[in-house]
Amino acid sequence: MTDYIIIFLASFGAIFILLAAVGILRMPDLYLRISVTTKAATLGVGLILLCVAAYFGEASITTRALAIIFFLLLTAPVGAHLIGRASYFVNTPLWKKSVMDDLKGKYSKTSEGSSSEESDGKITDVNHGDNTAKTKK
Amino acid sequence: MSVYDYLYFIILPVLALSALLIFIRFLIGPSLSDRVVALDLLITTGIGMIAIYSIITDQPTFLDIAMILGLIAFLGTVAFAYYIEKKKRK
Repeated sequence: MTDYIIIFLASFGAIFILLAAVGILRMPDLYLRISVTTKAATLGVGLILLCVAAYFGEASITTRALAIIFFLLLTAPVGAHLIGRASYFVNTPLWKKSVMDDLKGKYSKTSEGSSSEESDGKITDVNHGDNTAKTKK
Repeated sequence: MSVYDYLYFIILPVLALSALLIFIRFLIGPSLSDRVVALDLLITTGIGMIAIYSIITDQPTFLDIAMILGLIAFLGTVAFAYYIEKKKRK
């Protein structure tokens, strides 16, 4: 019985990791790639770690596997948000077929000419105001 | 066909194939952020490989290494995000 559980969990975990790999290779845009990384791969690795917990079946190892799953679930969205935010600031281009961009003109200096000074002010306010204030003084 | 054979001859090659595909994106990635994301996903796939390998060799000690690897991946992503954001400021 345990064998079937292990085979089921490992197969689905490997399939989801393979889908994440195909997605990061085929997606047209950085932000879509970030989305693939943080969802599909986390689910795949979580299933494989559950498979390890089902194989050993001891309390200590199950706790260890669950700790790794919890850690992955905690850090994957935070890391994806950090890298996406940083790459939006350096004007990484969106896909040309993207429908809408909610942050357009709010952060970047070059995208909207009319409201450039406002956006500059917002940059210093929103984004680590202490550092930029010190450098300006 | 035992569970070990299934894990060794089917699951591990699938994980290796996905690592190869991610490595292609790591090589051709247009920007630095693409490479950072690909590196993060590569380390996550490595955690999966370590977990499967700990079943095959029947040694649960490898899970500790997987935990440390996840920690290092998160630290690397945060450090690169900080660096990318800092590089624009100058």
